[in-house]
Amino acid sequence: MGADFRGLNLKAMWHGLVRDGGAGDRIVPPTGFTAQLTLFSAGAMAFLAVFALALALATGRLAERWSSELAGSVTVRVSAPMDEQAAQTQTTMQVLSTTPGAGQPRLLPPEEVAQLLTPWFGPDMPVDALPVPALIELPIAGEDFDAQGLRLRLEAEAPGAVLDDHTEWRRPLVTAAHRLRVLGIVSLLLIAAASASMITLAAKAALAANGQVIRVLRLIGARDITIATAFVRRFTKRAAVGATVGTLCGMAGIAMLPGMNAAGGFLTGLGFQGWGWLLPLLIPVVAGAVGFFATRWAALTMLGAVR
Amino acid sequence: MIEMRDVGFGYGGADLLSNMTLTLQSGMFHFLTGPSGSGKTTLLRLCYADLLPTSGEMTAFGEDVRQLTRDGISDLRRRVGVVHQDTQFLDHLPVAENVALPLTISGQGVDMAALRDLLGWVGLSQHARALPPSLSGGERQRAALARAVILSPDLVLADEPTGNLDWDMSMRLMQLLIELNKSGKTVLVATHDLNLIRATKAQVAARVLRIANGTLHLAGADL
Repeated sequence: MGADFRGLNLKAMWHGLVRDGGAGDRIVPPTGFTAQLTLFSAGAMAFLAVFALALALATGRLAERWSSELAGSVTVRVSAPMDEQAAQTQTTMQVLSTTPGAGQPRLLPPEEVAQLLTPWFGPDMPVDALPVPALIELPIAGEDFDAQGLRLRLEAEAPGAVLDDHTEWRRPLVTAAHRLRVLGIVSLLLIAAASASMITLAAKAALAANGQVIRVLRLIGARDITIATAFVRRFTKRAAVGATVGTLCGMAGIAMLPGMNAAGGFLTGLGFQGWGWLLPLLIPVVAGAVGFFATRWAALTMLGAVR
Repeated sequence: MIEMRDVGFGYGGADLLSNMTLTLQSGMFHFLTGPSGSGKTTLLRLCYADLLPTSGEMTAFGEDVRQLTRDGISDLRRRVGVVHQDTQFLDHLPVAENVALPLTISGQGVDMAALRDLLGWVGLSQHARALPPSLSGGERQRAALARAVILSPDLVLADEPTGNLDWDMSMRLMQLLIELNKSGKTVLVATHDLNLIRATKAQVAARVLRIANGTLHLAGADL
């Protein structure tokens, strides 16, 4: 027999939850393993939720940063025969200087170019001896910057110049960051669903173990709301307390992660920043809500079978 | 109070009770007797809507029991105090809290002086803090009676309340029920103990109903 949710007085349930239970709380006998199971599972899930939340936030920031940083400038590469290289570079610089929406172009000095090539050729490679193209960094200063128009001008005036607006690089990076963010959010949802399942199981076990108590209470005139509230209050508190401990442990773990510089950039920005540190504090609230609804469902389903 | 007209009931097979017509008269002491398995307990369970009739009409306090919602059933049970032969308690709560349980679950405050008086009336003052498993059979039945009457119900039902008690303890419990009846409560006691009925009838005017072959009859003058 399913639970009759239409008959549930949510307002009365809420009042029952927040007020001091007093003797009403004592009608449910103290339980051992279900209490520990709820506390532990809520704590463990909250701990994991902190990391999933951190991942979702960090990847969001990462996508935004990659997107804005790479979109803030373009690179022009000038590859021409040796005898035309200087002239085409000069022409390109002039074209770029007069491009609407573009900032001041900067020709990368040979040392910077060499630095860029170091990962591939090593520090001892004589870069000067190679036909390395000239690289010009052009900041984008206004919205009227027209990459396609610039490309056509360069094609006409300096055929060896190629404009790279980083689209090819940016798109997969931003896509990857967005997917990681979705992964973080999906993880949060899965954690909430798993928590609800475990709390429901624990609540059902407690209700089954207290079948006689429920029967006695019904026989002396207890309403479903009264019996359900006693269980709901207990499990909601346990879920919230367990999740609070798990959240604090998770936050401590995040705080102890190596910093951006110390980690060599590998764990770049995984964590919370500023007001973001307040977000994990919502996890115990959500856990309490999960406990509330999961136990309510379990209690009403069980009570429906008892006349 | 409780009215049944041509009520029938069966547990899936043939009817255990059939064409049962009964009116519990307000303020009256009733006995319900009959052989084991004749349906005494079933009839009592119908009275507090633990079972619903499969045929006929039945009202409790003017309401059709088949139309009662779950909350309506709870409200009915607060007006009907029940004492079972194998009364169950919440074993983790002391006797006093068990007795006060109907007040607790109905959201009413517990008047400690009234609770002490009630425990004194059933002779359990010394056991107020004891846990139910430590009580004897007679003490459990008296605790159950105290719990059944703490909300001052209109009707008190007792299902073989003396089944596990010796004669003295049985009469002590019956005295309490007689006192309740004299204070205006309607009482219905199911028992197969004819001696108990005779002994009680010597002290209070009682109506004796007998179930036999699934139907209800008013008992003869011998009872």
